[in-house]
Amino acid sequence: MNLVVLEHVDGAPTEVSMQALTLAQGLGGATHALLIGPGAREAAATVPVAVAHVAEHEALDAFAPDAWAAIVCEVSDRIGATAVVAPGTEHATDALARAAARLGEPLAANCVAVTPGNPLALTRVRWGGSLLEEALLHAGQALLTVAPHTVFAASPGSPGATEPFTPELSDADLVVTVRDRVAPAAAGVSLPDAKVVITGGRGVGSAEGFGPVEELASLLGGAVGCSRAVTMAGWRPHTDQVGQTGSKIAPELYIACGVSGATQHIAGCKGAKRILAVNTDPEAPIMSVADYAVIGDLHEVLPAISAELRRTAS
Amino acid sequence: MKILVCVKRVPLTGGRIVLTGDEQAIETKHLGFTISPHEECGVEEAVRLVEQHGGESVVLTLGPADAAEQLRDALAMGIDRALHLETDGEEWDPEATAGAILEAIQADEAASGPFDLICFGNESADSGGYQVGLRCAHALGRPCATGIKGVSVDGGVVRAEQERGGGRDIYELPLPAVVTVLEGLNLPRYPSVPGRMRAGRKPLDVSIPTRPPSRLQRSRLVVPEGQSKQAEVLGRGAEAAPAVVELLRRIGVAR
Repeated sequence: MNLVVLEHVDGAPTEVSMQALTLAQGLGGATHALLIGPGAREAAATVPVAVAHVAEHEALDAFAPDAWAAIVCEVSDRIGATAVVAPGTEHATDALARAAARLGEPLAANCVAVTPGNPLALTRVRWGGSLLEEALLHAGQALLTVAPHTVFAASPGSPGATEPFTPELSDADLVVTVRDRVAPAAAGVSLPDAKVVITGGRGVGSAEGFGPVEELASLLGGAVGCSRAVTMAGWRPHTDQVGQTGSKIAPELYIACGVSGATQHIAGCKGAKRILAVNTDPEAPIMSVADYAVIGDLHEVLPAISAELRRTAS
Repeated sequence: MKILVCVKRVPLTGGRIVLTGDEQAIETKHLGFTISPHEECGVEEAVRLVEQHGGESVVLTLGPADAAEQLRDALAMGIDRALHLETDGEEWDPEATAGAILEAIQADEAASGPFDLICFGNESADSGGYQVGLRCAHALGRPCATGIKGVSVDGGVVRAEQERGGGRDIYELPLPAVVTVLEGLNLPRYPSVPGRMRAGRKPLDVSIPTRPPSRLQRSRLVVPEGQSKQAEVLGRGAEAAPAVVELLRRIGVAR
């Protein structure tokens, strides 16, 4: 028996949750789902599993990771789950790691493939996706998170039963909970949502050097990104950083200017549909992931592109 | 305040990852090493909190003898003393790592009082297990918030901020507590030369824990395919502009 934890938004399971479900179903045996919090019942009604368990409790309106872990343990115990699977998102990973600690079981984070058996054979990502690890999981109960967007979600089948329940939560389960929220600052196009992202790396040379990057971003209605070297130099805020320890983005077009292409950076931009590299060095590692390249100094190339856009705008 | 920050030594991988012949590790012969990025921010935060509130900051790592370099870096940034759980270089799985760190925490607390705040990286840059901090917090029975990009301490409570959907979710944990942090929490300082001089004289305690069998057992590492594209060169210098603009219009990102 497998249990998959599904996150949901607006009464529907998220795409990455359905990817986790697909991986869980590959383990064989029956699969049950667990959905938690407001809107869970509506979302559960669409999930193609034998039983969708729905945890409903007034304390679950705000995210409370220890409560989630308690619920995962309660349901997995009730149904005798041999594997518990969740999407590799911030909240689900957090909850599953807490459940692993409670259960005294190992957790394999960010799996991309599993082969049933005991021990379970799995492949998981390291270095934000720059490296894969093949491993064996020796566990009484296998706890796995699924790396987002590495597994294709199977087309949905017909939904099964929905079983709402009120979980048993202690006061200690509710100490860690979201107490307050600071709303997003009203800014321009956000990095994760932008269709075009123009990123400057060390080659920009200074904070002021971002002028041409900003100009082109503004002309294209895109967002400005930067590499980790730029953040560490204090030229741009960390919120602009693309990479393994910054934003992971998937724009239509990613223009990397003066970015060498360290694995740390590629981990954040490889989801882009197309990559254009502007670099003085035709041998830079960024070239091996780029679809298009301009060989040259970004301080000459970018103003020329902006000028050409203006000149030919009709 | 007494604050502990746990760090991991990781290689600076540069542009391309190359594996050792047995596919068990990254070839690091020609690579430098650093404190894993999230944890470097943890070090900076610990130093700032002690500057602000007084007390003592401690850095801990589980790693090979060479990881003393990263402990010295943290001491040079302003941490007061270091604990080195020295390994033979073989990788420890997350459960085993958490177990050894837990024992070290308990020993240090028995000798010199409880840590008010313990800080981990949300995940290590290399193995990315996402669990060592949470396992320690659970074993200690202390509240833990993960993925934190803002920390402030006031009146026995740590306010921890998590970035979410462009805004921030706020957690308030009673001390003693545990946080796992992300890069962007702060901009870590470069160690000064006097800082480096002082670091050499600060206490660095070494102990040698025993590694239990891995329950998450690495078989081999694989460099994923698809990293050897041949980029289409649109031109050189400013003369490439018309070809770039043609491309922008063709793929529909410019009008």
